[in-house]
Amino acid sequence: MTKSPVSTSWRTRDDIASRPWGGTLREYDLFKELVVGVVVVGLLVLGLSAVFSSPDDPSVTLKSWAQAQPADFVATATAELGGTSGTAGYGPPYNSTPDASQKLGPIDLQSLSGVRLPIDTATDFVISPLQTLPTAPAAIDEWTKASDAQHAAWTTAYADALGKAPDNDPAKVPPGDYGPVPALTGALLAMAQQGTLDPVLSAKGSFYNTDYKASILFLGDGSYFPGLADAQHLTGDQWGMMNETGNYPGQSWLWLFSALYQVEPFKSSPNADVLVVFSMVILTLLLTLVPFIPGLRSLPRRIPVHRLIWRDYYKHR
Amino acid sequence: MTVDHEPVSTADGGEPRFSTWTGKARGWALRRLPPDKLLPEGQPSYVSSWIYVFGMGAVAALVYIIGSGIVLALNGPTWFHVSSLGRFINSTHLWSVELFFMFMVIHLWGKFWMAAWRGGRVLTWITGMLAFVVSIVTAFTGYLLQTNFDSQWIAFQAKDALNAVGIGAWFNVADLGQILMWHITLLPLAVAVVVALHVVLVRMHGVVPPLEAAASDAQLSSATPNPATESEHRK
Repeated sequence: MTKSPVSTSWRTRDDIASRPWGGTLREYDLFKELVVGVVVVGLLVLGLSAVFSSPDDPSVTLKSWAQAQPADFVATATAELGGTSGTAGYGPPYNSTPDASQKLGPIDLQSLSGVRLPIDTATDFVISPLQTLPTAPAAIDEWTKASDAQHAAWTTAYADALGKAPDNDPAKVPPGDYGPVPALTGALLAMAQQGTLDPVLSAKGSFYNTDYKASILFLGDGSYFPGLADAQHLTGDQWGMMNETGNYPGQSWLWLFSALYQVEPFKSSPNADVLVVFSMVILTLLLTLVPFIPGLRSLPRRIPVHRLIWRDYYKHR
Repeated sequence: MTVDHEPVSTADGGEPRFSTWTGKARGWALRRLPPDKLLPEGQPSYVSSWIYVFGMGAVAALVYIIGSGIVLALNGPTWFHVSSLGRFINSTHLWSVELFFMFMVIHLWGKFWMAAWRGGRVLTWITGMLAFVVSIVTAFTGYLLQTNFDSQWIAFQAKDALNAVGIGAWFNVADLGQILMWHITLLPLAVAVVVALHVVLVRMHGVVPPLEAAASDAQLSSATPNPATESEHRK
């Protein structure tokens, strides 16, 4: 007897898979299974929670950063003033830095959304917070009256001097033509160390706030915050998106998303994020639409895992 | 009260025919999903493997996710930092999510190797995948709501992928208000609706028979009565 090929098509046809089952039945209690499932899963959840609890590492503040690594804070504030930080050169949705957006071939979705969350790092991260002080530093006047070229010259000179100073310590920087930059960054450091910068930076003088992007972007421009993440194996090159602080399981279902960042051509591409997202969308669509894709939908027939799943059925044929 | 519009039986099939929109909708629903299919007392004999428990396991885990999530939402996203009860509820939320994904992934791959989309079950497969994808986005927004170091870092790192595809302004990972709205209203609603639809489709189409099942198989040629139908007949 020749067997007809087993179909893995999604179509309804005149076959056993498409007709209501007319064969032997076994007793089954849907509600009982649901209740047993809820009880067993409940015991698992309660047991795991009681034994392992959940992680909760305290958040980092601008205050804790300024106190722990004042040199890094001042170097970052200088980069924000000079427009050379990561946020300053990010592009949309924060600013319109030329050629900063990621592209998928000719498609530039990042620019298409526009500058919808505008951030001027010098003004928003340094000057405006300082203006909220009871006695704003006089250096603000000198800064605001100077040209962009002068701003760049002062911040470049000060950033270079900080880089060469022992321990990058602002107190050990030799005299130079830095304009108001040392005074501004020093005042911002003092403000942060006292804890008054944290509420001001995000709330911008308002009472209510839910948007913490300014604080998070400023923190991320430094090396203190990423350094803490690195120590907790959370950075991108450490499969960070699927990890959690400590030894807890994180979003392990993002393993493929994280894996793509570890391999070429994504790893070294300036468009890595958009390429990874695009690839994941394609792969997800492939899996969702697998019933319609000849070849892929035949895999269950070619690799007979079903023989294991339905071994009782096959045994009693 | 008297009823003007009684269903009229057809001469041939004996099935009721309805004249109102409501009646037609009920007739359609009853034809597609009669009570013995919705709440069955029997299953085909091939439904006898541990792989079948993981779908129900995922639904059970979802019950705990929603329950613990409601308690956390009522007390606010920072409650678990300062309350030992809050910390425990947060732990149950975390572990039920971990179990939910574990069960769902095993269920998904089990159904893949069964080619469970066969025989008109393609929408069941697609809604299952949709439930998986929407759950991933929901879990991601939950990680952003922890209001601790982890959520700070995830917000900093995840913004790049969202900004790169142009949706960072509407899905601003650093905006606690926006993310809270996504996590406790829109996304759970989407998960609940898709999972409910998926379960209804499973009941409508039944569990897919084994690959290579043939009419000459013992289980098909010597059919025993349906316990559900039998119990009805005994009454």
